[in-house]
Amino acid sequence: MALIRLQNISRRYQMGGETIHALREISLEIERGEYVAIMGPSGSGKSTLMNLIGCLDTPTTGRYELNGTDVSGMDDNRLAEVRNREIGFVFQTFNLLPRSSALHNVELPLIYAGLRAEERRQVALQAIRDVGLEDRMHHRPNELSGGQRQRVAVARALVNKPSILLADEPTGNLDSRTGEEIMALFAQLSNRGNTIILVTHEEEVALNARRILRIRDGLIASDDPVAPRP
Amino acid sequence: MKLLGEFTEGLRIAWTAIRANKLRSALTTLGIIIGIVTVTLMGTAIEGLNAAFMNSVSSIGADVLYVQRRDWLIRSHQEWIEMRKRREFTLDQAKEIMDRVDFAQAMAPGDSHRASVKYGERSADGVRVFGTTWEFARVASLELMEGRFLSAAETDGGRPVCVIGSEVATNLFEGNPAVGHRLRLNGRGYEVVGVLEKRGSALGGESIDSQVVIPMRNFTLDFDPTPDITLQVKVSEMMSLDDAREELRNIVRRVRRVPPGDPDDFSINQQDQLVNMFRQVAGTIGGVGLFITGLSLFVGGIGIMNIMFVSVAERTKEIGIRKAIGAKRRTILIQFLIEAAAICLLGGLMALAISWPVTLAMRQFIPATLSPLVVSLALAVSALTGIVAGFLPAWRAARMDPVDALRSE
Ligand SMILES: Nc1ncnc2c1ncn2[C@@H]1O[C@H](COP(=O)(O)OP(=O)(O)OP(=O)(O)O)[C@@H](O)[C@H]1O
Ligand SMILES: [Mg+2]
Repeated sequence: MALIRLQNISRRYQMGGETIHALREISLEIERGEYVAIMGPSGSGKSTLMNLIGCLDTPTTGRYELNGTDVSGMDDNRLAEVRNREIGFVFQTFNLLPRSSALHNVELPLIYAGLRAEERRQVALQAIRDVGLEDRMHHRPNELSGGQRQRVAVARALVNKPSILLADEPTGNLDSRTGEEIMALFAQLSNRGNTIILVTHEEEVALNARRILRIRDGLIASDDPVAPRP
Repeated sequence: MKLLGEFTEGLRIAWTAIRANKLRSALTTLGIIIGIVTVTLMGTAIEGLNAAFMNSVSSIGADVLYVQRRDWLIRSHQEWIEMRKRREFTLDQAKEIMDRVDFAQAMAPGDSHRASVKYGERSADGVRVFGTTWEFARVASLELMEGRFLSAAETDGGRPVCVIGSEVATNLFEGNPAVGHRLRLNGRGYEVVGVLEKRGSALGGESIDSQVVIPMRNFTLDFDPTPDITLQVKVSEMMSLDDAREELRNIVRRVRRVPPGDPDDFSINQQDQLVNMFRQVAGTIGGVGLFITGLSLFVGGIGIMNIMFVSVAERTKEIGIRKAIGAKRRTILIQFLIEAAAICLLGGLMALAISWPVTLAMRQFIPATLSPLVVSLALAVSALTGIVAGFLPAWRAARMDPVDALRSE
């Protein structure tokens, strides 16, 4: 059974009298453990698709099954639970809470999951160690470099052991060397069995994945496996 | 468990938010502070006045009726003129009434005059000299510190003896025994036979502590041959005060020969009248206080609502992030409600910090204390104001769309 199954998903926006078709009738399946890159020109609907897969948004029409459950009709609160349990987000602009330490940022999903304080601490510490930032965990985001911030974001995304890691242009705000570091981290995570979906503009970055999905005008233009690197 | 975690996280966020905007938070709480200061001071003042009043009014005696020419509370100029025209209340009338009353524990006629009091080198002017009978000790439940009260023989036959209030005793005798010594009241000699126990100050009126009590006979001889009598009747426990009052009224009408159908040309006063009037005054003060409190809490609440809307708008991105990682509507709602309540509670605490020294200052005039009841009421009211005022902004935050919120800058 596919981890993600989209059937005839569309997403439309009403802007004044005009209807914008951000996504038109997309069908797609992604298996557990896959590493998928989504590419496409600006405005083609990549972020819209990510938001739908991440349960931040609901489709205008169509059916979305995540892990065997239909989530397309769920209300706000149920979706929040699904996001907390199943999804880990990594954003282009990191989206860390500026007034909280790295450790507290990583702890946050566990608070919403209802873990007890001591347990939370343990799990969050382990997640921070996994991204190699234990010596920076009491620093606030503005005291960290871009690469370090993105590592904190990855730790936060993974702390709840989600089914999917969603990353919308995770290297977009990083220089190429730090970008490569993050991509190396992603490769590691993928090798450990995590499901990763990644949006990017850069062919170079997309080649880290094992499947590339190209989107144009709200439709899937191509869907190809990546040849393993020599 | 889940709620507790969200709650402590809410407290954390509120604390950081308030610390990050110290000045803004302080200014916002101004309305709350004014409201809470008003409510605490009003509450304290009313409690204090009440205690002071009850303390001083207790010397009047709850079960004593005062038959006299004038009413204690004169409500209009007309009433005052009418009362001035009333016939004097004579000692003979008082005696006739006392003969007919059979429902009293004790009765005593009395009148007073100002006089100069002298003992040796020491003297005092304008001391109130009170002429009465031996039964007055029972009517007013007097206790003696030294010696005895006037005897029946002395008040019936007339002898130049006196019982003095504790203050008079300290002023003239400076702590030395007074019994057996002779005072001069307007130049006439009176022997001290007793000193009264201290009673404490009376609100407005003069306490027995600063008076000199002498036999009625001597009062008519030395001070006023036609005294304007006040007859005090301590009603027996067997009878209700209202029934006694009605019966007494009929007796006095007959003795003063008031024609049937004419209004009374005398008054029967009692402690209740003063208590009722005080309640009215206290009620008015309380009402005004409540109004000011309500108004400033309302204005303060609007301020809080406004600042919370700003806070929500400023933190749209943060709301988006929290929602993306699993915060529910409830979580966000609680977070902002806690923040609003915390700001208001801070205002409440500041208000108490202001009220406390003011209460201490008030203590010089009335027995005022910042009671635990008033304190907890103040804190509860301020937290509640925060929750009510914060609800709309918090609700708006809770309902935000996560994608829109994340996109905002
Ligand atoms: N909230 C919205 N209201 C109206 N139109 C929207 C909204 N969100 C997205 N769109 C439109 O939907 C289309 C797809 O947007 P989307 O953000 O998915 O593009 P994208 O592929 O992520 O682009 P980029 O590479 O620039 O991030 C665009 O035309 C955009 O203008
Ligand atoms: Mg995008």
